[in-house]
Amino acid sequence: MNILVCISSVPDTTAKITFKDDNTTFNKDGVTHIIGPYDDYALARAIELKEELGGTVTVLNVGTAETEPQIRKALAIGADEAIRVDAEPTDSFFVAEQIAAVAKENSYDLIMMGRETTDYNSGVVHGIVGQLLGMPSLSPVMELNIDGNTAKISREIEGGKEKLEATLPLILGCQEPIAEWKIASMRGIMTARKKPLNVRPAVGEGLTSVSSYSLPPEKGDCKMIPAEEAEKLIDLLQNEAKVL
Amino acid sequence: MSAVAENEAIKGGEFLIKETSASDIFIPEEFNEEQQMIAETCSDFLKTEVHPILDEIDKAKTPELMSSLMDKAGELGLLGTAVPEEYEGFGMNFNTSMLVAEVLGAGYSFSVAQSAHTGIGTLPILYYGNENQKQKYLPKLASGEWKAAYCLTEPDSGSDANSGKTKAELTADGKHYKINGQKMWITNGGFADLFIVFAKIEDDKNLTAFIVEKSYGGITMNEPEHKMGIKGSDTRQIFFNDCMVPVENMLSDREKGFKIAVNILNIGRIKLGIAAVGGAKGVLTQAVNYANERKQFGISIGRFGAIKHKLGEMASKIWVCEAAGYRAGQNIDDLIEKLKAEGKSDAEAKLKALEQFAIECAIMKVHGSEVLDFVVDEGVQVYGGMGYSADAPMDRAYRDSRINRIFEGTNEINRLLIVDMLLKRAMKGEMDLMGPAGAVAKEIMSIPSFGDDHEGMFAAEKNVLKNLKKAVLMVAGAAVQKFMMKLSHEQEILMNSADMLIEIYAVESAILRVEKLIGIKGEEAVSLEKDMMMIYLHNAVAKCNMVGREAIQAFAEGDELRVMLMGLKRFTKIEPFNTKDARRRVADAMLAESKYIF
Ligand SMILES: Cc1cc2nc3c(=O)[nH]c(=O)nc-3n(C[C@H](O)[C@H](O)[C@H](O)COP(=O)(O)OP(=O)(O)OC[C@H]3O[C@@H](n4cnc5c(N)ncnc54)[C@H](O)[C@@H]3O)c2cc1C
Repeated sequence: MNILVCISSVPDTTAKITFKDDNTTFNKDGVTHIIGPYDDYALARAIELKEELGGTVTVLNVGTAETEPQIRKALAIGADEAIRVDAEPTDSFFVAEQIAAVAKENSYDLIMMGRETTDYNSGVVHGIVGQLLGMPSLSPVMELNIDGNTAKISREIEGGKEKLEATLPLILGCQEPIAEWKIASMRGIMTARKKPLNVRPAVGEGLTSVSSYSLPPEKGDCKMIPAEEAEKLIDLLQNEAKVL
Repeated sequence: MSAVAENEAIKGGEFLIKETSASDIFIPEEFNEEQQMIAETCSDFLKTEVHPILDEIDKAKTPELMSSLMDKAGELGLLGTAVPEEYEGFGMNFNTSMLVAEVLGAGYSFSVAQSAHTGIGTLPILYYGNENQKQKYLPKLASGEWKAAYCLTEPDSGSDANSGKTKAELTADGKHYKINGQKMWITNGGFADLFIVFAKIEDDKNLTAFIVEKSYGGITMNEPEHKMGIKGSDTRQIFFNDCMVPVENMLSDREKGFKIAVNILNIGRIKLGIAAVGGAKGVLTQAVNYANERKQFGISIGRFGAIKHKLGEMASKIWVCEAAGYRAGQNIDDLIEKLKAEGKSDAEAKLKALEQFAIECAIMKVHGSEVLDFVVDEGVQVYGGMGYSADAPMDRAYRDSRINRIFEGTNEINRLLIVDMLLKRAMKGEMDLMGPAGAVAKEIMSIPSFGDDHEGMFAAEKNVLKNLKKAVLMVAGAAVQKFMMKLSHEQEILMNSADMLIEIYAVESAILRVEKLIGIKGEEAVSLEKDMMMIYLHNAVAKCNMVGREAIQAFAEGDELRVMLMGLKRFTKIEPFNTKDARRRVADAMLAESKYIF
């Protein structure tokens, strides 16, 4: 069983988000980056499957050298080798194109990733990879078992659950509880530095560019009006908040 | 600027008479990617395995839950960081194991169990065991397959640890020592497979240490103690009744036990100090969060100056203590490397290095435990009534913190040790204290010099620091002269001196940390760190003035009293600085991110 796990490097979920360069770039200063939380689950299940069935787990990240700590973390958690496509992951299509290019050169039984990243949350990369490779792509996969050449999957659909079977190879967008989240062990951390991390150039070019980002407006202060002065509320809504 | 020659490594305690340059210290911002990953593993472990079940851990009536948590920690390798690879550990350096201690320090009872196992439980064998003993026991302890406890304290032998009554008697066939006696307050007692037991052979003056397997029999214990805090940590009274220990399980030599006990506690102390830092960071994050969420008079309480004052003060103390811990840790690492290069074995080098920095270890124990106690106390206050609720997090933090001032040598014993060790080193000629003390005594009789010798970054702060050192040399130097051999009867003065030494070491570490950070990140990026250092410096000066005064008034009279008080005034002078605004800046930055951010 050879599995390719695609991971993203995203800001820690509690990070404070700011922008720079005229609001066109996310300001990474002082922000801790982590493996995308959904990707982490995909990785955990891939490692479990490898332990069960043998084979290798390769992690793939499209990113600049800054993301290598997250890649090495994936190696510490248990992946066997890593590939970094040396480019900014500018948009979903661009990322999917890189994954497809790597996949075409190798034969993976499964290509797994999170259902979406937690930075831009587009949630379409697995779909595009499926299209580019001409393979089925399923998401959000919450349970995955392999029986010979068949994947037994359960996923959540609008208003219920679906159980299905599909023949390998497959592309899967994953989420918990597909596996128990894995913590890198001391031994894993110490062996990570000896595992191969290959860097390769990107293919194609990003199709989009960002003109500007903005944050939702901050919540204003809350004004308290004593119950006995309730009529003041109308006045404030009309003249100060100007919503009436 | 440094009085220390290029290659001459600073020795333990020498911070008092020598200067360290910023480039010579290690700061936690320098931890590499691998060390950070290790820290993440520790915090991930707490997040997933410990924090969700804190109530269960504290309410557990039997030791199985804690034991199973230790198994899980063992699987991740968290119990073997300090054990060399040849004994199936991970052979991490000292500061990495400090980092592990710090992060796991936020684990409440678990952190106590883990540190007792990896510290006082495992290290006696690592440092004093013979090859057979190491081969036999260390791999099991590093993996967590076996859990360890340390049995020194007895009902009538606490601080006076060498006075234990537990006996070890050689059997007629010369094959065993038969151990009889009672031990008390034994952490991990209920689930330990291995006990390090201290006992006396015949009428020996000093203790001897033994490695005792639970399976030897003759070991019984009471139910877990009911405690104020760390309720999930299994603490027992243990009885040894004709417990037969093979002679080859004596650790080191006969009567070496007290020395082992002292040295092992010493290592535990610096780790306890840094673990307290980890605990305090967690508490402060909770307090900052609460200050954001809780609204009174229509606004978040975090917007009140009184609350900002607390948050700023807490952050400053934590940050400074952390600086001191890793500075000392690196000194220890450097000396270990140096001694190994000179041909000492790993164990010998580690022991010697830790002994060399025993003063700093004791400083960290006292400082860390008192910073944590301050932080949990203010944490409760920030939470107000909710702080007093047993259903909110401050309750556990407040109760669990308190033990740190008691075990691993009470803070009183450690304060006495700080001064005692310093004076002993001076007496042995290992360190020249009398020269500098004499110079200070002369200086206070002369006209004040205005030619401050520090220039460059933080010149003013470094001059203040230099003067604080003079202040303690003046106070302690005069006390030594006055009381000579009877100084040990003047514990109050020794405590005062220890307080000054602790503040000096802490604030010096902070100044050097900021200076080094500026070199890495530039001045603008570390303005808050500078604020925290300045807050601490002003507190330290005030404290040294207060305790210095108290000490001087305790033994000086007439002209001497006046001259010394004038000297103290001169040595505790500091330029005004608006600490209120500094605390606000620090607090605001944390409030903006709802956590401790440094
Ligand atoms: C929860 C917990 C876990 C523990 N775990 C262990 C363990 O795993 N193994 C182990 O061996 N021990 C353990 N201990 C014991 C602990 O180390 C002792 O409690 C501690 O050393 C103090 O001894 P004591 O309780 O006898 O206090 P005492 O020595 O009676 O001290 C009482 C007070 O007198 C002061 N005092 C004592 N002597 C002096 C002096 N010479 N000068 C000035 N003041 C003095 C002390 O500072 C203290 O304030 C544990 C204790 C607790 C509470």
